[in-house]
Parts: sequence; structure tokens; C-alpha cells
Amino acid sequence: MRIVGLTVTATVVLAIAGASAFAPQSPGAPARPPAAAKPAAKAAALPRTSDGVPDLQGNWTNATITPLERLRPNTPLVVTEEAARDEETKTRAAMELREQDSDPNRGAPPVGGELRKSPNAEPTYLERVWQGGAGTVGGYNSFWIDPGDRVLRVDGQPRSSILIDPPDGRIPALTPQARERVAQAAAARKSLGGEFDHPELRPLAERCITSFGNNAGPPMLPNYFYNNSYTIVQSKDTVVILTEMVHDARIVRINGTHPPASVRKWFGDSIGRWEGDTLVIETTNFHPNHGFRGAWENLKVIERLTRRDAKTINYRFTVEDPTTFTAPFTGELVFNAMAPGEMVYEYACHEANYGLEGVLSGARAQEREAAKKKTQPQ
Amino acid sequence: MRWVSVMQMSVVAGVAAATFALVSSPRVEGQARPGAIPRLNGKPNLNGLWQAINSAHWDIQAHSAKAALAMRPGPVVPVPAKEVIAFGAVGSVPSGLGVVEGDELPYTPEGLKKKRENQANWLTRDPEIKCYLPGVPRATYMPFPFQITQSPAATFIAYEYAGAVRHIYPKDPGPAQIDSWMGMSYSTWEGDTFVVHTSGFNDQTWFDRAGNHHSEKMKVTERFTMVGADHIDYEATIDDPVTFTRPWKMSMPLYRRVEKNAQLGQFKCVEFVTELMYGHLRKEPLK
Repeated sequence: MRIVGLTVTATVVLAIAGASAFAPQSPGAPARPPAAAKPAAKAAALPRTSDGVPDLQGNWTNATITPLERLRPNTPLVVTEEAARDEETKTRAAMELREQDSDPNRGAPPVGGELRKSPNAEPTYLERVWQGGAGTVGGYNSFWIDPGDRVLRVDGQPRSSILIDPPDGRIPALTPQARERVAQAAAARKSLGGEFDHPELRPLAERCITSFGNNAGPPMLPNYFYNNSYTIVQSKDTVVILTEMVHDARIVRINGTHPPASVRKWFGDSIGRWEGDTLVIETTNFHPNHGFRGAWENLKVIERLTRRDAKTINYRFTVEDPTTFTAPFTGELVFNAMAPGEMVYEYACHEANYGLEGVLSGARAQEREAAKKKTQPQ
Repeated sequence: MRWVSVMQMSVVAGVAAATFALVSSPRVEGQARPGAIPRLNGKPNLNGLWQAINSAHWDIQAHSAKAALAMRPGPVVPVPAKEVIAFGAVGSVPSGLGVVEGDELPYTPEGLKKKRENQANWLTRDPEIKCYLPGVPRATYMPFPFQITQSPAATFIAYEYAGAVRHIYPKDPGPAQIDSWMGMSYSTWEGDTFVVHTSGFNDQTWFDRAGNHHSEKMKVTERFTMVGADHIDYEATIDDPVTFTRPWKMSMPLYRRVEKNAQLGQFKCVEFVTELMYGHLRKEPLK
């Protein structure tokens, strides 16, 4: 039997658990999801390929400090420009504080790690994410990370969450059968031993199989850490979306059909079509270990990429799986053009994965030490 | 030892036959029908799924078939190494006439020494065994298809093996900023030939399973010439003054995967080598 849904990355867990200073100024009526993106101002001015469709090619980033889900109930989707700038200022202050050199003479952190100081009265969303992502035992100085420092703005509107529907900006509840599935998987997982007992129990990103969270998606989400970079290359029949992390390329077959359900891929099987000037991608055939929040077998993700201008692609996605979620949900993000000359590099993760070896050997060393203590006379 | 001498004779005969066969070039010839070449913006249209069909991934030089790549001395004749016995004929090596022009690899003495060490330690040294990125040109003739996506903005090659990728810039972006497994590539056109210039490699990739290797100084120039709607004449020139005494060239046809619904599969083998690479670090390693 294949144990599925075991590996959840730290980032995803934190995205659920984190509470933040992302402070929508006043609780109000939940915002309605905005209507579908308006057609770009001057459709004729959009860059187009020789096939006449919008040219989506280039290097893009979806880095943002806006979380996937609304952090507080009954807060609006759209925040004021002032609140957005405040969040950005606090995030930059946190980045600057963490940019300082580590003290080479410091001792080991206390057991269980330590929380870093925050320059803010209440830590920002990103600070909470970092604290979970190895930040409590030192982690990276912010020199090494590049999570973005901007609140998501869609057509100029600052947003408090990527999700726009349901109106509360939260992922809908799991169905009873999905809850049972998750519970069974958790029980099966527990029966396999401690989290360091087997390489297969380590997170996918640590094993260099995928990026953190849902970087390659779909839906393609920021990882709040680094390398939220993508390259798009297009031909008449194919749109390639390369995720820098773990060099994962999604190959979208225009007007293609999905393979049989027995064929499973880590990022699903993607087919596309042009609806006017929007590229619509439908993805199914997800891999048992990398769907979305426990959904994979019947998961379907629809993505809509609409080039707005020279520097932005609007990205809207809908996730549906009636066997997992009680309702479909929709989110909206922006892919921003990377600065000219900024490149996407080879992320050869597996080839230099000293981390996984270190994590597992460390656990074995601790076990040996514990065994030695036991056998030594008191 | 009668059997050994018979075997030695057959090896000599095999090498002679292979050398003779090399007199005829492995290039695709006589098939060119320029009118049939699909075009895109005036240039040959390389978009699609391609694959080499040869045994260069075992050994780019001419070689006879053999029981296994990893062998050890046996009581009568050499036998497969313990680690690969279970594969039987599935693990046997098919013969090949080689893809190297002249069949000679102009190694420096140190380069040849390292190749022989690599060969003797194939199971522990070949980066393919660990699902490492294949490098160039090895990615081209792995026994997997690859997909070219061609546009004026960039050319992208996605390889099924290990999910390797190359983003080929349409202009030289200058020296590579960092070394990498797949190198940094840009393209030029020489008439109807798509030329890819790649440098910025590390020294970790091989050319084949036979231990042929290079240094980080390697530059590869690949030429993709369509000789029909479904054939590419592929050439790769290897220039690596650290490992070789002169540049050398390999060539082979690439075939379009013409089956209906041909598409790139996913062979994300990192997961597949978990036991090989980390099994010994389990709390209780498997017996």
C-alpha cells in the first residue's frame, strides 16, 4: 500500500498556523471576489507571438508577502494602500535586522531553538514563516533569502490574501471522507516511526524532489523564502513554465488531452487552450504525494494567465476536488517581470543534498550516544 | 585457457569489425529533402519531441555487446559483478559502432587514467546511477526523449531523464556567472543549422556509462541540422584542453517521436534512488 499525503512542507504548515501583523485596518463585510479581470486597456499593444496569441515569455516572479489565506476572520480582501505600505515597512525592517552578520563566537542555541528578535511590536507574517523554517536554530541571515517585500497588488488593489473566493479568504473545510483520509494517513505515518527514522518521512523539499510548498504548483504559489522565479517559453503547441526551484518544467500541451488516470506526475498533467487573450490551463493526474492539502486523485486545477502589460501577468486559479474540499476555491496573484539581466539559474538540489544526509546521520549519531549513555555505569 | 583465448580473439575481431564499420559515416545521408523541412519565421522548425536511437549512452566509442557493464574475474571467463547479477540479460550491454568521429578520444595521459578508474568504479562513480543531471551532450542520447520548444525569445530543451532542462538564450549573455551541471547555452544560426554554444560546466558529468569524462573548462558546440521533417543531423564538438589534446566531434541522427499523442513523460528519478543513497541512514537499515 502506498502511504499518501505524508509529506507536508514546513512552509505550508506555517502558512496555516501563522498569525500576523498583516493588519487590515477595520473589520468589515467580507469582500466579494472581484469580477474577472477586465480586458487589458489596449489589447492591440500587448506583446504577441507570431501565432497572434499574447506573448507570455520571459522571466517572472510571484514573490509577495501576502499570505495565501486571510489571516483574520471577517477582514476585507482589499486593504488600504497605507496599510499595505505599513506591512512592507515592517517586513523590510525585519529583513534588515536579520541581515546582520552572525556572531562567530556565539554558543549553540538552546534546545528547541530560540526566536529571533523582531523590530516590530507584533512579528510580520514572513517573520512567523521564517521562525518555523529552521529559523529557531539560526537559519539563514536574510542575505540568503529573497522572499519579496511587497504586498500583492492586483490591478492596483492591495490584497490581504491570495484567495479571493470563498469571500472569507480561507480554504473551504475538508469533506468528511477527506478528513477520514487525512486521519488514516496521519495514523499510518505515526506507525512508521519518528520523523528522522526514514528518508521517505522527510519533507519533499528536503529530499530535493520538489520546491517548498507549491512553487511549481499548480497552483503556482510563492514560497515566502527564495527563488520565486519562473521562465516561460512558448511555441504554437506548447507553453513551458519552468520553476527555478528544483528545475521543474511544466509542459503545457495546447489543445492536448490528458493521459489515462494511471499516469501520475508530480505537478499533474497540464493541457491548455486560449480563451481570447487568456491562456487557460487545466491540470489533473496529480501525484499521490504532491497534490494540494491532501487532494490529488480527483484534484483539478484551472489556471488563467492574462498578460496585462509589459511587466505583469495576472494569474487566477481555481482548485476543485469534491472528494476533498466542500467547495472549490479561487485565488489571484500577479507574476511580475524580473528586472532586465536578472537570470534564472540551475537549482541542482539533489546533486548537493548534504542536508538530508546530515539530518539522518545526525539522528543516528544521537541514537548511538543515547545507547552509549544507557550502557555506561552511572 | 582455451575459452579465454577464444574470447580474446572474438574481441579483436569485434574491434576490427567496428573499425571497418566506421568507414561509413553514422550521419544521416541521402535522405535530405529540403522542401520537407518545416519552417518557423524562415528558419527550420525544431519544435517537437526527439530521441537518439543508439547505444552511445552505454559507450560513445565502438564496443561489443557484453554480459554487463560491471564485470569481475570469473573462474573461466569474466562474470557480472555481484551487484548486477540479478538483472540477467536486462543488464547486458548492447553493441554499438560508436558516435565519435574516428572513434578515438584524444585523452591526455591523466585524462585516460581517470577514464579507466571511472570505468573500473562505474557503479559508485557514474552520476547517472545517482540520478544526477546528465550534462551535455550526454542528455541528448540518453535512452529517453527530449522536447525542443523554439521561439525567437528563447529555445528550451526539456529532457525526460531526471527532468533536466536547458534554457538556450538567443544571444550570448557573456561568460557564465556560475558553474552548473547543464552549462549555460546560447544559440546562433549558421544558415539552416541551429548552433548551440555551451560552457560554464562543472567537472562532474560524464559522456556515457563507460567513464568518459571532461573538466570544467569544457566547451560544447552542438549543431542541429534538419535533414527532413522527422530527422535532425546532430553534431557535438567537444573542446576541453584540460582533458583532451585536441577538440573532437561526435555525431548521430535524432529521430522525431512520430506516434500520435507523443509527449514527454516524467522520469523524476531522485525519488527512485532514495534507498540507494540514503538507505544506510535509516534507523534500521534494510537487510
